[in-house]
Amino acid sequence: MPLDPQSIRQDFPILKRRLPGDQPLVFLDNAASSQRPQSVIDAMTDCYENFYANVHRGIHTLSEESTAGYEAARVTTQQFLNAASQREVIFTSGTTAAINLVARSWGDAHVTADDTILLTICEHHANIVPWHQLAERVGCRVEFLLINDDYSIDTETVAEALQRLQPKLFAFTATSNVLGTVFPVQQWAQLAKENGATVLVDAAQAAPHQAIDVQDWDADFVIFSGHKVCGPSGIGVLYGREALLAAMPPFLGGGAMIDRVTVDGFTSAELPEKFEAGTPPIVEAIGLARALQYLQDTGLNEIARHERDLAAAAEQQLRDVEGVNLFGPRQSEKAGIVSFTIDGVHPHDIAQWLNLRGIAVRAGHHCAMPLHEHMGLTATARASFYLYNTLDEVEQLVDAVKQTREKFARSGRRRRRSSISSSSS
Amino acid sequence: MISVDFHHFLVSIAFLPAMASVSSSMPSEQDIYEEHVLDHYEDPYNRGELASATHADEGKNPLCGDVVQVSLRLAGDGKVEEAFFDGHGCVISQASASMLMEEMEGKTPEEVKDFTAEQMLELFGPQLTPNRQKCCLLPWRVLQSALHSPLEEDEADDDAAHFSGPSLSEEN
Repeated sequence: MPLDPQSIRQDFPILKRRLPGDQPLVFLDNAASSQRPQSVIDAMTDCYENFYANVHRGIHTLSEESTAGYEAARVTTQQFLNAASQREVIFTSGTTAAINLVARSWGDAHVTADDTILLTICEHHANIVPWHQLAERVGCRVEFLLINDDYSIDTETVAEALQRLQPKLFAFTATSNVLGTVFPVQQWAQLAKENGATVLVDAAQAAPHQAIDVQDWDADFVIFSGHKVCGPSGIGVLYGREALLAAMPPFLGGGAMIDRVTVDGFTSAELPEKFEAGTPPIVEAIGLARALQYLQDTGLNEIARHERDLAAAAEQQLRDVEGVNLFGPRQSEKAGIVSFTIDGVHPHDIAQWLNLRGIAVRAGHHCAMPLHEHMGLTATARASFYLYNTLDEVEQLVDAVKQTREKFARSGRRRRRSSISSSSS
Repeated sequence: MISVDFHHFLVSIAFLPAMASVSSSMPSEQDIYEEHVLDHYEDPYNRGELASATHADEGKNPLCGDVVQVSLRLAGDGKVEEAFFDGHGCVISQASASMLMEEMEGKTPEEVKDFTAEQMLELFGPQLTPNRQKCCLLPWRVLQSALHSPLEEDEADDDAAHFSGPSLSEEN
């Protein structure tokens, strides 16, 4: 059954927000961060109001209850990913922290100067910079798969690169945060395995919009963030194959990740605590679990279809607007992301002008500078849709884009000389 | 090429009071794009390269990819005889560059140095949010560094050591 965005909107209190000029909020910046339903806010408030304490430590009622809530969140996350074991689910502070954890722990232990890390040009900085840093430490090479003119990457290109480079790690995003291209994770992971590469999948843009089965994907590491799946900020998930995680050295040192500490050294705790040093994001985990349940109750396939419909409608209409350029593959396998530019108008001015109409979009390089450079652009504007967006909002976006073009089109205006003195007063 | 972090002092000016009473005093984009600003954007003052420049520098705002070059010709008495800018970017950065070039001609190096970020924002006019202040201040900081970037060796600048601009840390 197709989802009903009007009924879903009732679940998200922030969508009632009015902007200056009494504009209703049209929130189209979901690829940067989504909004939260009341049930997530309530679950977190309930913890703070009724049973919050530190986890895995206190022999008292609140600590036992918080620990139970925190570990139940791990089970919910395990089920969301269809991971084989709870020990494969590590809570971090976000996608960036999770990728850094792998780069530091697995990377430092396994990657040498002779090795290559293979990425795609579509990665956001969180899946580029940690590997550049690893290269600085161990001297490995970092290589990038480029995109075709149609914003895709051929299977043959992937297979050829894997064969030629024999990378130690193939780390790629499941969905481009700029182009919306959805890559065939299972197929690429299979090719990587055939060439002996470890596989890391950045699912930050995939987890909000599709059912993920890490066993089907057969990836070694899968990573996503809470704040993009209607959950809280400050939490992310690292899924790792148990044998790999067990063999990896701990990353951050501190409380919770230890078995025993003496003046001479320490022994680390078992999985998953081994990688969760310090007080973890307890309330955030509880909120995340509620968000994952919300998405599953709504239906991830229905969510994905709804977003694709919205993005397709937006693209179709924007394509007809003179001066508008769209980036990304046409329909088929594409997420609900529409990146565009307008001839002669800087993306920051597009975003600022849309904001006047209550429309929130992202403008800039979307933390993907190599991709923009590859496309010969410094910046784009991006509208990204989620389950609570409507066709009516698409219309508003298209209307506002048309107005933007009119507003900033060069009209042959001349500077009024008299303004020189008045401007400096 | 310079890259400067304004964050530390930007928060202290203009915007925090607006944050306190969120929606009522947010600057309106209508104001940001007032005619005076668009006039400078479309009909800029001294846009282009100054062939006879004695000092020049370039800067960019990595957030949006805006690039601004400033080239100056300092006269024998040290005054800014001509100030040109070039580059590409949003309405705010390009219009503010035009306004600044116009304002700075005829000034002594000391007067240029004493021209503060606050004064630049005031010269621009419409109130800006912190992110757009960065756009507005890009030409200003390139101007400040251009003043200390002589194009010929024999014009080494004695004032460089006393430069009291913003700290030169990486923009994040």
